[in-house]
Amino acid sequence: MNLRRLFAIAFKETLQVWRDPRSLSIALLMPLMQMVLLGYGVSLDIRRVPLCIYDQERSQTSRELVERFVASGWFIAVHHLADARAVRDAMDRGTCAGAVTIPVDFSRELASTGAAGVQTVFDATDANTTAIAIGYAQGVIALAAADFAARWAAAHGTRPPAAGRVDLQPRVWFNETLDSRNFIIPGVVAVILGLVGAQLTSLTVAREWERGTMEQLISTPVTALEVMTGKLIPYFAIGAFNSAFCLCVSVFWFQVPFRGGLGTLVLTTFLFTLVVMGIGYLVSVRIRSQLGASQVALILTMLPTSLLSGYTFPIDQMPAPIQAVTLLVHARYYVTILRAVFLKGSTVLDLAVPILALVLYAAAIVWIAARAFRKRLD
Amino acid sequence: MNPAVRAEGLSKRFGRFVAVDRLDLSISKGEIVGFIGPNGAGKSTTIRLLCGLLKPTAGRACVAGFDVAREPDAVREHIGYMSQKFSLYPDLTVRENLRFFGGLYRVPRRDIEVRMAQAIAMAGLQGREDALVQTLAGGWKQRLALGCAILHRPPVLFLDEPTSGVEPEARRHFWDLIHQLASEGVTILVSTHYMDEAEYCNRIALIDAGRLVAIGSPGELRRRELGGALFELECSPLGAALVALRQVPEVIDAAIFGDRLHVLLRQPAAAEGLPALLARHGIVAGPPHGITPSLEDVFVQLVSRPHAAVRA
Ligand SMILES: Nc1ncnc2c1ncn2[C@@H]1O[C@H](COP(=O)(O)OP(=O)(O)OP(=O)(O)O)[C@@H](O)[C@H]1O
Ligand SMILES: [Mg+2]
Repeated sequence: MNLRRLFAIAFKETLQVWRDPRSLSIALLMPLMQMVLLGYGVSLDIRRVPLCIYDQERSQTSRELVERFVASGWFIAVHHLADARAVRDAMDRGTCAGAVTIPVDFSRELASTGAAGVQTVFDATDANTTAIAIGYAQGVIALAAADFAARWAAAHGTRPPAAGRVDLQPRVWFNETLDSRNFIIPGVVAVILGLVGAQLTSLTVAREWERGTMEQLISTPVTALEVMTGKLIPYFAIGAFNSAFCLCVSVFWFQVPFRGGLGTLVLTTFLFTLVVMGIGYLVSVRIRSQLGASQVALILTMLPTSLLSGYTFPIDQMPAPIQAVTLLVHARYYVTILRAVFLKGSTVLDLAVPILALVLYAAAIVWIAARAFRKRLD
Repeated sequence: MNPAVRAEGLSKRFGRFVAVDRLDLSISKGEIVGFIGPNGAGKSTTIRLLCGLLKPTAGRACVAGFDVAREPDAVREHIGYMSQKFSLYPDLTVRENLRFFGGLYRVPRRDIEVRMAQAIAMAGLQGREDALVQTLAGGWKQRLALGCAILHRPPVLFLDEPTSGVEPEARRHFWDLIHQLASEGVTILVSTHYMDEAEYCNRIALIDAGRLVAIGSPGELRRRELGGALFELECSPLGAALVALRQVPEVIDAAIFGDRLHVLLRQPAAAEGLPALLARHGIVAGPPHGITPSLEDVFVQLVSRPHAAVRA
C-alpha cells in the first residue's frame, strides 16, 4: 500500500462525493429523514387508529368513555361488538388495530370506589405504532379518570378511596414483549447507519464502470487495496458524522437514556460501519451499474436489518429456522449492542460475543471485498 | 536493442469468438505505429492486451521489457494509456485530474507542478485550469487525456483512437504532439479510423478480423503491388455498376471511392472494354484511367481479400 496513491484516491473520491448531489443527499439528508420518519414520525400515521369496542355494560358512563376515545382524534370506533370471540375475530381479520373492553360492572365500580378497570388489546404486529397507540390510550383514559374522580369527589364531598383512577390494562397480542421507543430508537440508528453506509459505497465503484473511468484507473499502477481503502476513507468520515448525529438525536431529542461508555459505542459503530461499507463496496465491484448496485445494496442491508435484526420483531419469538438465519444478519449484533450500551450501560466485556461476531463479519467482508476487485477488464 | 513492444502469437478469445488471432508485432523505441482496421477488427482488444488489462488466451507480449501476463504491474508503471472512450473524471477540474493521475503514478513531488503546467500548456488550457473537465470541448479533452497519460514520462504510449470525434484542426494539433513525443524517444502505438492520419505514422499495422493483415511504412504499403492494375471509373448508378463489375472475370475487385469506382483489373488492357460492358447493364460510364493506389486502396484491397499471409 502506497500512501501517495492512497491519498490520491481518497482525495479524488472526496471531491466526487462533494460534487455528486445524489451521494450528498444520501449522506446528509437520508439520516435526518429516516430518523424523523422511523423514530418520531411514526406518530404521523397514528391518527384514527381503528378500534373495536366491546362495551359489556352499555351505561351512560361507559358510552362516555368510548366517546372520549373517539373525541381524542387518535381513534375511531369501527365496530361495536357483542362478545369476546368477536373481538378476537376482528383482530385476526385486521379490521381493527385494537379493542377496548369495558366490563359489566364498570360504572358500579366507579361509583362505589371511584376507580374501575378497562381492558385494551392491541395488535402489535407493528410494535412501533402499537407502542404509541397504547400511549394515546393511556392518555385518553388518564384524562377520563381524572374527570370521573372529580365528579365522584363532588358527589361524595371527599376524595375517592382509590385515588381516582380508571386502570388501563393494556394487553399486547402477537408481540408479547412490546418494544418501547427506547427500545426502538437504537434499532433505528442501526438501520440508518447500515442503509446509508451501504448505499454510498454501492455507488463508488459502479460509478467508475458506468462512466468508463475504470479502464483508465486500472491502467495505472494503483493496487486493489489502495482503491478500496482510498475510496472508503471519505465514506468513513461521513459515517462518523452520521453516527454522531444519530447519537445526538437519540439522546437529546428522543431522550433515550445513554448509560454506556462512548468508547464502546465508537468501537462497535466502527466495526458495524466497516461491515456495511464492505458490503456496499463488494456489491459495487460486482454489479457495475449505479442503479443496480444501489438496489442490491438496499435489499442486502435494509431487508435483513428491518426484519431479522430484532429491531422490530424480537428474535426469540421467531421460529427456530428463522432464528438461525438471523445469526447471519450483521445488524442483529449491532442492534443488540446498541440497546445494551444505551439502556443497560454494558461494557465491551459484557458484549464480547456480539462484538466478536462483528469482528469476524468485518474481517470476512473486507477480505472478500479486497479480493473481488480485479485490475482487469475480463 | 530490445523492441519496446513485442507480441508473439498474441491471441484473445471471448468465449468462442476470436477477437485477436495469433498476432505478431515488434515496435522499436521511438517508433509511431498506427493501428488501422474496420470496426470490430480487434484494435482495442490488442491494445488492452498490451496494457495488461486483458489476459491473453494464447501467445505472449512484452512491453518495455516486461511480460504483460506475468508482470502487469511493472508494465503499468512504464506505459501511458488513453482508452477509446474518454475516461478522465468529468466532475473534477483540469488541475484535479492531473494531480490525481500524478499521484497514482507517483510523479516526484518536486516535479509535479512543472509537469502539470507543461501538460496544461500542451493542451492549450492555460486559464481554464479550474474548469470542470465536463465543460471542455472534444479536442481539449483529448489533449488533456494525453497530458494525464504522459505525466509520469512513460517510455511507451498506447493511444486508442485519440482523435475520434475531434475536428480536423485539433486532430492535426494532436498529431504534432505525438510526433514531438516520438522525437523524445517515446514509443507510440496509436489506433485510428482516419486514413489521412495513417500517413503520419512511421509504420502502419492493418488488422482485420483479429489478424494482422499487413504492416509497413505508408510508402511501402502504397508501392506494394495490389496484384493488378488500378483504374478509376466515373459511372452511375454506382451500386449497380459495382454488382455488374464484380461478376466480370477480369475484375479482381471493385470498390466505391466517393463519387466514383476504383476497379482492380488482372490486365490493364481489359480497361478499355469496361464502358461498353457497363452500357449493356444500362450503366453510363466515362473512360477509365489508370491511377497509383492510395493507402485506402491498399486497405480496401487487403481487407476484402481472404487473409492468406501476413506480409511485411
Ligand atoms: N469483453 C468482450 N466480450 C466479448 N466480445 C468482445 C469484448 N470486447 C470486445 N469484443 C469483441 O471483439 C471484437 C473486437 O473488438 P475491438 O473493440 O477490439 O475492436 P476495434 O478494432 O477496437 O473496433 P472499433 O474500431 O469499433 O473500436 C468485436 O467484435 C467486439 O464485439
Ligand atoms: Mg476500438
